[in-house]
Amino acid sequence: MVLSDSRNPATVVRTITELEEQTSVGEVLVRNLVRAQLRLALYLAAIVVVLVGGLPLAFYFSPTFAHVTVIGVRLPWLLLGVLPFPLLFGIGYWYNRLAERHERDFVNMVES
Amino acid sequence: MELNPWAIGGIALVGAVTFYLGFHSSRLANTTPDFLLARRLVRSRRNAAAIAGEYLSAASFLGIAGLIMKDGIDALWYAIGATAGYLALLLFVAAPLRRSGAYTLPDFAEVRLGSMALRRLCTAFTVLVVMFYLLPQLQGAGLTLATVMPVPSWAGELAVVALVTMNVFGGGMRAITVVQAFQYWLKLFAIAAPTFVLVAVVAEGHASAPALSSGLPPMFSQATTVSVRTPVELDVGAPVRLQIHGTVDGFATNGTTIWYPGITENVSAGTTVDFPAGAAVPTIAGSTADNESWLTPESSGSTGVLATYSLIIALFLGAMGLPHVLVRFYTNPSGRAARRSTLHVLLLLGVFYLFPTILGAMSRLYVPELLVTGQTDAAVLLLPGKLLPGMAGLVLTAVLAAGAFTAFLSTSSGLLASVAGVLSTDLLPGRVRDFRWATLLACLAPMVLAVVLPAEDVALSVGMSFTLAASTFCPVLVLGIWWRGLTWVGAAAGIVVGGGLVVAALVLNVISGFTGQPLSPLLVQPAWITVPVAFLVVVLVSKATPRRLPADVNRLLLRMHAPDTLGFFQDRDGTESRADAPAGLADGRHRRPAN
Repeated sequence: MVLSDSRNPATVVRTITELEEQTSVGEVLVRNLVRAQLRLALYLAAIVVVLVGGLPLAFYFSPTFAHVTVIGVRLPWLLLGVLPFPLLFGIGYWYNRLAERHERDFVNMVES
Repeated sequence: MELNPWAIGGIALVGAVTFYLGFHSSRLANTTPDFLLARRLVRSRRNAAAIAGEYLSAASFLGIAGLIMKDGIDALWYAIGATAGYLALLLFVAAPLRRSGAYTLPDFAEVRLGSMALRRLCTAFTVLVVMFYLLPQLQGAGLTLATVMPVPSWAGELAVVALVTMNVFGGGMRAITVVQAFQYWLKLFAIAAPTFVLVAVVAEGHASAPALSSGLPPMFSQATTVSVRTPVELDVGAPVRLQIHGTVDGFATNGTTIWYPGITENVSAGTTVDFPAGAAVPTIAGSTADNESWLTPESSGSTGVLATYSLIIALFLGAMGLPHVLVRFYTNPSGRAARRSTLHVLLLLGVFYLFPTILGAMSRLYVPELLVTGQTDAAVLLLPGKLLPGMAGLVLTAVLAAGAFTAFLSTSSGLLASVAGVLSTDLLPGRVRDFRWATLLACLAPMVLAVVLPAEDVALSVGMSFTLAASTFCPVLVLGIWWRGLTWVGAAAGIVVGGGLVVAALVLNVISGFTGQPLSPLLVQPAWITVPVAFLVVVLVSKATPRRLPADVNRLLLRMHAPDTLGFFQDRDGTESRADAPAGLADGRHRRPAN
């Protein structure tokens, strides 16, 4: 059988659950959690922006750097064609671990 | 082009398997949540493969290799940016967006800011982004089919539209989740296996060509005849002696001529050019003419550097605003699972993007005639035939063509399903029947456009939809998730200004295409100005309209950021699916600790 969706989804989403009403303390704590998660995300994004986003400037200002050859391949081709991918995954993995740790700490704090 | 029966077999097989998987699982899909988000039962790894399968489009499979062949190292930023976009998604959007419990971007806008006007605006821009994205997919499909068999390019476009519509029509989101997870692995195989074989062939020394490291223009390793089908302007890097039959610079030419560097030759359609072995390859005016600047990054000065940064901004911030990417996040069971599958996507994309680079560089060596006609998107498909004449080459071409066709199918399915979801819930009552009508509507428009408009480089047109997404949806998402001060007026103003600027740049591009006046690279890729302006407008207008702040902003932020185990978030379909789903399927699913 087929059910149609609610015409006004926002009212359903905005329904206050019992849990939400019980944890006005949690709402104060959540501000700290949001701030911690945002700081973490910005910090890791900055690492990527500096390491990967700095490359065009580095190539532009140092033509010799752009011409270095490593085992028969130009260094810029390795720096742009291969290395960014493990770096991006590594940063993502790191973020996941730290973000989940923040959430665990938060849960412990709320439940204790 | 000549008929390649292997390739046709491969494409037919891909089409048949896609249809079978879609049909098979669509028999299980019969409720509205099924259609819209695969009932959120999709596991994070399979969801990751489905996300990657949907994301790796014609631009990734054919376009990036083609651009690398033409422009060299600077085109590598397409692959990096497309992957880094998922990191931005992971860092700033993935888990909170999933917990917000909305289906689509218009949904998010309404849940977060409570405005129907903003919702309608988001719907309009979602449709626009999808059109931009769908268009090059269809044109790429036409190109692929025309490369392996003697049919006009609209045949391929029609084939993709028909297959995808049948699939989405039949099963909606759940069907394509299975199909797209399968399609990621198919695409990876289809690009990796031929690359390994071709690299082995070159390493064995079966094929000879001048090395790329020399400071010379690319060279024809054997005598080559090139038929020019669309008018081109060509530059040469060294004097070339060649035979021309046709029209050059407006004069009918028939016989031997010499082209010199520094003079741009205007070759009309219908002209054939014979190059002797060892001749320097002319390239499209304005593209990278000699191998030295092809190998070296940022050879076009400070404007080139700024254009590179503009591209990086567009791709890094644009991925999170693509409707077919966003809709996938709602199929994760929890915020934590959304983060995990995004991380997995980073891995899958990184592995895939190693291969187009290798194929693009090899194409510059072995199929340089594409630099003359400018149809570098076909490079990946023509490379095996050049390196391995005979059966082996045909089979490899077949594998690549099947992979490319998979790319069009998966991306188009995702785009179509997402835009149909948006249209059916926003403009129609949102029943399954409406979803099907929306699908039909959504695929007709791009089909017509694909046939009418001239084809551009696939990766370039896809870049434009990233720019549009980055200048409209990205500020709304990021600020909506992290900033309490956002108001619907600010969000709407940002979307209108950012989107308007991108559309203006696009109009300028189209006009320059007609007049022949080359446009500054900074207008061809306008993200460097449109994205900061969009962010600024959102923040300033929001600050100026503090009375429009949603009253429940604290509760909304709590829901988006509180860990899943606390059970703060509630799905939009939470109450309805319970009545309908088989016992145990819908009840408390997202409250269970992930994995």
